[in-house]
Amino acid sequence: MWIAYKTIVIKEILRFSRIWVQTIFPPIITTLLYLLIFGGLMGQRIGLMQGVDYLHFIIPGVILMTVIQNSYANTVASFFLAKFNRSIEEILVSPVPYWVILLGYVSGGVARGSVVGMGVFFTVLLFVDFEIYSISITLMIFLLTAILFSLAGFINAVFAQSFDDISIVPTFILMPMIYLGGMFYSVEILPESWQIVSQFNPIYYMVDSFRLGLLGVSTVDFTISLSMLLAMIVILVTMSLYLLKKGVNIRA
Amino acid sequence: MSAALTIKSLSKIYANNFYALKGIDLSVEQGDFFALLGSNGAGKTTAIGIICGLLNKTQGDIQILGLNQNTYVNDIKRLIGLMPQEFNFNLFEPIEEILINQAGYYGISRTDAKVQTEILLKKMQLWDKRTDMAKSLSGGMKRRLMLARALVHQPKILILDEPTAGVDVEIRRSMWSYLKELNRSGVTIILTTHYLEEAESLCRNIAILNEGKVVEQTSMKKLLAKVSHQVLILESLSVLPDNIEQAQFSCERLDDYSLQVTLEVSINITDVLQSLSKQGISVEHIRSTQNRLETLFLNLTNKAV
Repeated sequence: MWIAYKTIVIKEILRFSRIWVQTIFPPIITTLLYLLIFGGLMGQRIGLMQGVDYLHFIIPGVILMTVIQNSYANTVASFFLAKFNRSIEEILVSPVPYWVILLGYVSGGVARGSVVGMGVFFTVLLFVDFEIYSISITLMIFLLTAILFSLAGFINAVFAQSFDDISIVPTFILMPMIYLGGMFYSVEILPESWQIVSQFNPIYYMVDSFRLGLLGVSTVDFTISLSMLLAMIVILVTMSLYLLKKGVNIRA
Repeated sequence: MSAALTIKSLSKIYANNFYALKGIDLSVEQGDFFALLGSNGAGKTTAIGIICGLLNKTQGDIQILGLNQNTYVNDIKRLIGLMPQEFNFNLFEPIEEILINQAGYYGISRTDAKVQTEILLKKMQLWDKRTDMAKSLSGGMKRRLMLARALVHQPKILILDEPTAGVDVEIRRSMWSYLKELNRSGVTIILTTHYLEEAESLCRNIAILNEGKVVEQTSMKKLLAKVSHQVLILESLSVLPDNIEQAQFSCERLDDYSLQVTLEVSINITDVLQSLSKQGISVEHIRSTQNRLETLFLNLTNKAV
């Protein structure tokens, strides 16, 4: 089991490392642009947000966005391509249990999310003075978010039948959820009705608690955010294992 | 000793209601070199897919070396090596990595996998290309890569789905010789092929599938004994006479120099040649129109392979 798991993880890490120009480098550039434009140039006019200057306020959201996008992108692309070129059969004919397959792909997604997320974080540190409020909360949310979106990418890949199917969800569902999840603003500034709508966006809880970990400010009780995150992970793990066992779109 | 493979009443109906397998029964003994033949769409690849866990069965029972697939699915997977018909590896992965990863899925450590990979890639004449991406290989090389991958965990049963399609004659012969060597070492081999000459020269036992049913399962020897006649083309040195006496055979003049002769298998070709010689026909060259297995196959399936 351990060797099989390690094999999948190493394969996944080598896959995204081989194409680092596409996978690791661009998010760091994008983040720097976000910080320069929104934080540096516009931030001075915006002033404080939840008692924090705007440049610092957007840093947690920007980092978490890269974690979400990269964890998701890794599993969705890798598993879909394995289905597309039928190399998934290499694993299916071997005695690798379904949970090891899932764990391997999710670990690959978490690895890419972590590498890019940490890359962005250390790049930010080069330009902005920063003191982390709680390392444990920060790491916990960072990791759980990467796990959750690796799982989501995996499920997307299982259902995907074409390349369009793996870009529709990130573009039309994930991206709006990220931007409307309080990445660039505090939910407190929204009208009350939109504050209620925001509470149905899971990314809001992740950004909020990650902001708590990094800056010490939040609008939601941390235990609620953590419970929500854990519950969603349990749901997606159950769903992924069910899909694998049933062989949906991988075994006729 | 339990059979290498036993299949009972295996059925498969696809989601589009295509009835690919209609309750097939099959048995392959340990150490056998077994041919599974059938025309396109006969159900060979479906049967292999179910045996290897790539497809779900609709009904039936499969046992591998006495282990029931329903209970020992992962133990069974360790015993089988599959070389599929279609290329199913990542074209953007180095060849060596493909084999090492496959070994990893079977729980073989990277160190041991590297040793086994070197042996197999050398055997398949791919060692010089070990760091190349799989996409750079020719069709024949890709087939050899898949054979090496199927063997990386040293399976007891090797299933080959069209192993030599697109492989040149020289490499095909060397693959045959390697497969015979593997079989002699105790590996049970189940082979599907469109080259009936391949099945005839390699396999001891045979099953023929037609439209999802097993229409024949017997030894190659017994099957070939069923051939009642053979058809030969004889090329003459001189122009053939208009009327040829046909005592022990029937013949048809194809052109001025070629004669198609149909004769019972019990008739000795020397007698035919002597009979023709007496009529002033000197035969320069003899060739068979189709091999014996092909004749039988066409009779049993009423289809071209």
